[in-house]
Amino acid sequence: MSLDRSTVRTIAYLARLRVAEDQLDALATELSAILDFVEQLNTVDTGGVEPMTSVAHIQLPLRADAVSDGGAPDTVLANAPLPIDGTYAVPKVVE
Amino acid sequence: MTAALTGLTLAEAADGLACGHLSAVELTQAYLDAMAAARDLNAFITETPDLALAAAVAADARRQRGQSLGPLDGIPLAIKDLFCTEGVRTTAASPILDAFVPPYESTVTAKLKAAGAVMLGKTNLDEFAMGSSNVTSCFGPVKNPWGRGGERDLVPGGSSGGSAAAVAGRLCLGATGTDTGGSIRQPAAFCGIVGLKPTYGRCSRWGIIAFASSLDQAGPMARRVADVAILLTAMAGHDPRDSTSAPLPVPDFAADLAAADPSDVRGLRVGVPAEYRVGGMAEEIDALWRRGADWLRAAGATIVDISLPHTQHALATYYIIAPAEASSNLARYDGVRFGLRVPGETLDEMYQNTRGEGFGAEVRRRILIGTYVLSAGYYDAYYLKAQKVRALIARDFAHAFEACDVILTPTAPSDAFAIGEKTDDPITMYLNDVFTVPASLAGLPGLSVPAGLSRRGLPLGLQVIGRPFDEATVLRAGAALERAAAFTATPMA
Repeated sequence: MSLDRSTVRTIAYLARLRVAEDQLDALATELSAILDFVEQLNTVDTGGVEPMTSVAHIQLPLRADAVSDGGAPDTVLANAPLPIDGTYAVPKVVE
Repeated sequence: MTAALTGLTLAEAADGLACGHLSAVELTQAYLDAMAAARDLNAFITETPDLALAAAVAADARRQRGQSLGPLDGIPLAIKDLFCTEGVRTTAASPILDAFVPPYESTVTAKLKAAGAVMLGKTNLDEFAMGSSNVTSCFGPVKNPWGRGGERDLVPGGSSGGSAAAVAGRLCLGATGTDTGGSIRQPAAFCGIVGLKPTYGRCSRWGIIAFASSLDQAGPMARRVADVAILLTAMAGHDPRDSTSAPLPVPDFAADLAAADPSDVRGLRVGVPAEYRVGGMAEEIDALWRRGADWLRAAGATIVDISLPHTQHALATYYIIAPAEASSNLARYDGVRFGLRVPGETLDEMYQNTRGEGFGAEVRRRILIGTYVLSAGYYDAYYLKAQKVRALIARDFAHAFEACDVILTPTAPSDAFAIGEKTDDPITMYLNDVFTVPASLAGLPGLSVPAGLSRRGLPLGLQVIGRPFDEATVLRAGAALERAAAFTATPMA
């Protein structure tokens, strides 16, 4: 599988990663090499095999659906880059 | 005096503290001095000497009152900078978390602190634990204490490279690491120390910065198998805040190991998988592996030939699943709630600028691969396929464990390489994890024990893989290897 510049640009947008135009070719080459490597899995017969979605070797317990923490807005906002009046501020999203 | 103190193993230091020959303060000061003298290794991102000394004073006071918290009370440890530590900067070695100060403590470090352990500082790592060499850290590479002063500095392995270098360099008695595809075991092998990745679910992931949630597992690193057993006993246990944490009792691994005779493993069946004899395996790695089997046989074990037929596809499976989970986990770094923010005209631009500047090259690469394999039209071909192959890999192990109790393999395909080597091509770097990734995919415990020196005089490790939640048997087999290998070489020699 060979990725081209425009595919890399699209993936980068989906991942919300700014990638400079002059890096697209190099990235396309690197990512294509990784995809070539992982494509060996196509040679494995997985007919009738259920995908493994959990590695846990035991039944995991449910917890009570109850509030166990909270009431600490200052702590929650302590690492926010731009806290304003107890909220996270972001650029305007609605005109 | 300092050299004598930093030459102790964790178990020896614990004994010294218990019988009053040592104080936690003198022990801690000796390690703080050693850290200050070894800053060239770049093993620590953040040193916390004041907190360490205060904790040591408190440990000594407890002991004087007859209220010791146990073997770890007053023991100086290094903590990988992937564990959130309340009030102490936690970076994951990434620019995006450069100024992050967690308001909470990870469960594993909270357990260690509750057992009286003294945190010396936060150790360097590959950015977001993505790497096998510690060269992707935004704080620069860590030097392996082995080969220091040689022609070229060597990597300590990764991603827990700072922890491994700190243990090997006698800068702490033990350390925490995390292992997603080999990040405890491979650096342990490169640095000549012991490292254990427990069974997935044995230690809580709560408060550990996530990389790939179905693979990440915290574990101990130290100089001896007995030390690792003491640390695991304190770190393990069910945590309601991690839904994948196993609600199982934690054995006293240290006491069980102490009660066993490492020269006698009669009845133990040791599997040797044919498929790990990969093409082009270095002769000295192959020889070490055979020697390891001979040692266990001499101690009474039975060696069993086993087959893990899907081994050759483990790396490819891992390099779909781990980036997929990483791309999802790392979506949280959006410049809004914590971490770096790089402004933009619109919300989208702010996201893109923040993430474009905040993540390093390897992290970006994995996010992009992960995004691609999860995207519409490719999900089934890549991600779903990898999950199916993962099921086959796990099934291989389940079958193998019908015929054996533990599996013996080399830990890594080579000894430590030079800083700057293997960076041209991501795949070459990924091959470091060829022997550790399969057990990670299956969620199994794996232990690396130093077992000899390479022709270049660098440490090599052997890996013991066990059944789910059977760390006790893994540790017992590891102790038998350790005894037979009689690995006494140090990087200082």
